[in-house]
Amino acid sequence: MEKFRANLMLCAGTGCVASGTTKVRDALRDEIQKRGLDEEIKIVLTGCNGYCAEGPVLSVYPDEIFYQKLTVEEIPKLVEEHFLKGRPYEKLMFKEPEKKTAIPMMKDIPFFKHQVLRVLRNKGLIDPEKIEEYIARDGYQAAAKALTQMTQEDIIKVIKDSGLRGRGGAGFPTGLKWDFASKVKSDIKYMLCNGDEGDPGAFMDRSVMEADPHSVIEGMIIGARAIGAHHGYIYVRAEYPLAVKRLQLAIDQATEAGLLGNNILDTGFDFKLEIYLGAGAFVCGEETALMRSLEGKRGMPRPRPPFPAHKGLWDKPSVLNNVETLAQIAPIILNGSDWYRSLGTEKSTGTKVFALTGAINNVGLVEVPMGIPLRTIIYDIGGGPKKGRKFKAVQLGGPSGGCIPESLLDIPVTYEDIVATGAIVGSGGMVVMDDNTCMVGTAKFFLEFTADESCGKCTPCRVGTKILLDMLTDITEGRGKEGDMETLEDLGRDIIATSLCGLGQTAPNPVLTTIKYFRDEYESHIKHKWCKAGVCRSLTTFWIDEKMCKGCGACLRGCPSKAIMGEKKKPHKIIQELCVRCRSCYEACKFKSIKILPANFEGDPSELVGVTTETETKKGES
Amino acid sequence: MPRLKIEDLQKIKEKHKADFALREGGYRAKVTVHMGTCGIAAGARNVMTALMDEIAKANRSDVIVTTSGCAGLCAREPLATVEIMNQSPVKYCDLSDEKIREIFKEHILGGNPVEKYALVMGSETTY
Ligand SMILES: Cc1cc2nc3c(=O)[nH]c(=O)nc-3n(C[C@H](O)[C@H](O)[C@H](O)COP(=O)(O)O)c2cc1C
Ligand code: SF4
Ligand code: SF4
Ligand code: FES
Ligand code: FES
Repeated sequence: MEKFRANLMLCAGTGCVASGTTKVRDALRDEIQKRGLDEEIKIVLTGCNGYCAEGPVLSVYPDEIFYQKLTVEEIPKLVEEHFLKGRPYEKLMFKEPEKKTAIPMMKDIPFFKHQVLRVLRNKGLIDPEKIEEYIARDGYQAAAKALTQMTQEDIIKVIKDSGLRGRGGAGFPTGLKWDFASKVKSDIKYMLCNGDEGDPGAFMDRSVMEADPHSVIEGMIIGARAIGAHHGYIYVRAEYPLAVKRLQLAIDQATEAGLLGNNILDTGFDFKLEIYLGAGAFVCGEETALMRSLEGKRGMPRPRPPFPAHKGLWDKPSVLNNVETLAQIAPIILNGSDWYRSLGTEKSTGTKVFALTGAINNVGLVEVPMGIPLRTIIYDIGGGPKKGRKFKAVQLGGPSGGCIPESLLDIPVTYEDIVATGAIVGSGGMVVMDDNTCMVGTAKFFLEFTADESCGKCTPCRVGTKILLDMLTDITEGRGKEGDMETLEDLGRDIIATSLCGLGQTAPNPVLTTIKYFRDEYESHIKHKWCKAGVCRSLTTFWIDEKMCKGCGACLRGCPSKAIMGEKKKPHKIIQELCVRCRSCYEACKFKSIKILPANFEGDPSELVGVTTETETKKGES
Repeated sequence: MPRLKIEDLQKIKEKHKADFALREGGYRAKVTVHMGTCGIAAGARNVMTALMDEIAKANRSDVIVTTSGCAGLCAREPLATVEIMNQSPVKYCDLSDEKIREIFKEHILGGNPVEKYALVMGSETTY
């Protein structure tokens, strides 16, 4: 038996490869060889660890030491210190943003500490290109159980009882969906996987496909058995080449091992699985459009009913599930529904993976029990807003979702509670925004996306999103008028009520939630021509409060259009005619002497509500 | 890979037990070889190699080996600490190829500390 004293799990997900995994791997291998450690220490390449921003990352077992931001230059020192002399190398460890102390072990790093891994159970622990490693972690045991010890009804019952809901967006109960399809009589049925992941910024499905492709395949085998399908497709977007490569390799290995194809594990059950490359349009992720696209037609939604359980792909009964939904299946079959329900709430059971991004200290993938408060995710796991800035809103659910304000951060993350705010859980995109963000601009950003991605089949969606976008553009450029907010709200509700598919039915959410929670911001844009965050260029004047200015010159040095003048240690001044309102002086001034005023402002700034000038600043305030 | 039968899944799992004991932390005994500059000079590498050899020969997946820095006892190097789950750790000193092989058989597999080579019994754990 080959025996190693340490396993070095080096991340080879898309993010880490982009930041240099391949070169680091070579350097690591060479150095280990040079030190004569190659028979004691094994390097294993894993899929994404969900911490891509700090990549390439490396976990060392059995010590459980976690290293980040590896570089080729640091490798000799790392090998000498840790692997030869046994002294974990502090320089490459995680350090808390404010303090400088290193945290050596993964399980102590706040970002990882609060997570519960079910979907991501094999994250960073296996080589996704070796089926043996998946099997060594109980892989395909659930498929074996489902094929030999369970009837179709047994499988459906466990999944129903588990309370699992689809992770692709709508949160439809998975067991119920399987039940519908299993009851329809047909010689041909299809089991499908949605790996389109169209939400900008989301990457949980990619990560699962890259890091643990067999978990998706095993879920599909069990689903196929439950509904009586013998053919399946995984629909993956072509922009995910590594996911496609690993899935194909996994399918080939599983087929060779008799886990796919005819007579799986000698049980007499057949299931053939293929990959289909998606063209990339957002609407192709919608189930009826996805099936049209699979048939080789243009990906456009069609009215339901008939539902896919009756008439899906090629009008045959079909079930489509999201990648993350499918990755949850095998452990539920092995451990039972009570085990699954032990986390989460009554109606939102189990765990959900979120892609945490934006103006926050720790960005990445986080898997947490449903029902934990948003605040825990943002502050305990995410480490709060960057540079100690003030939290403003969190955007959930991507372009179909909405913005949730500070006052609602204590609500639990469940399908019901999030919908009540006007946002949706969606596929799990979570973008944190600080006080540097303009909420009207945020709504506009998402509408640009949906207006562009509308497939054009139905008028409310095609024309409606365009009108919403034009109005938002007007507001951010100073052409907003009284009554605009009401028009936006009315039109938004109409689009939701009359659109054919989920794209149109959710596209107004970003507008409606920002109006609901940030009304004052719309008002100041429309009435006072004032973007208080200083983002909308037509609606701001940058002004230096001479009484507060220390004359350090930081603003002047950073100004790209030489619009600031002033002598050292004397108050500086902005020449408004030259200023392009790029905001960089505002960021640069350590003394908060630069104020954001309404467009073309002339008069006394101290009379403006919300602007703290020198006279009002309390002593000791920085 | 040939076509699998259901029993084969368990066999594959067994075969990979050693690697996963490292990654998942399910081990019974841990040996820490002190690899400070002095330890290496005194022959800690040979001790390590001998130990790895014994583990491989005995086909054990429940014993793991780690290294640590200087233990502050340079005169008594090579040093190693043996920790069996739920027992107090034992530090061995002045080790050699032969001594570590004996310790492996007697203490790690047999459960009886080899007192004649022990420096201290029941010192602090390495973590
Ligand atoms: C415009 C639009 C885009 C969608 N994009 C995706 C997607 O990228 N991935 C996904 O899994 N579901 C997507 N969905 C949801 C799917 O229609 C479908 O509900 C889901 O794949 C079903 O799987 P689940 O029940 O496991 O969640 C989208 C829906 C709409 C309306
Ligand atoms: S950075 Fe602030 S203090 Fe320094 S010159 Fe500019 S406004 Fe004045
Ligand atoms: S906003 Fe930009 S262009 Fe205007 S003064 Fe400041 S740095 Fe210069
Ligand atoms: S790719 Fe390495 S952490 Fe995501
Ligand atoms: S140069 Fe010293 S604070 Fe600006």
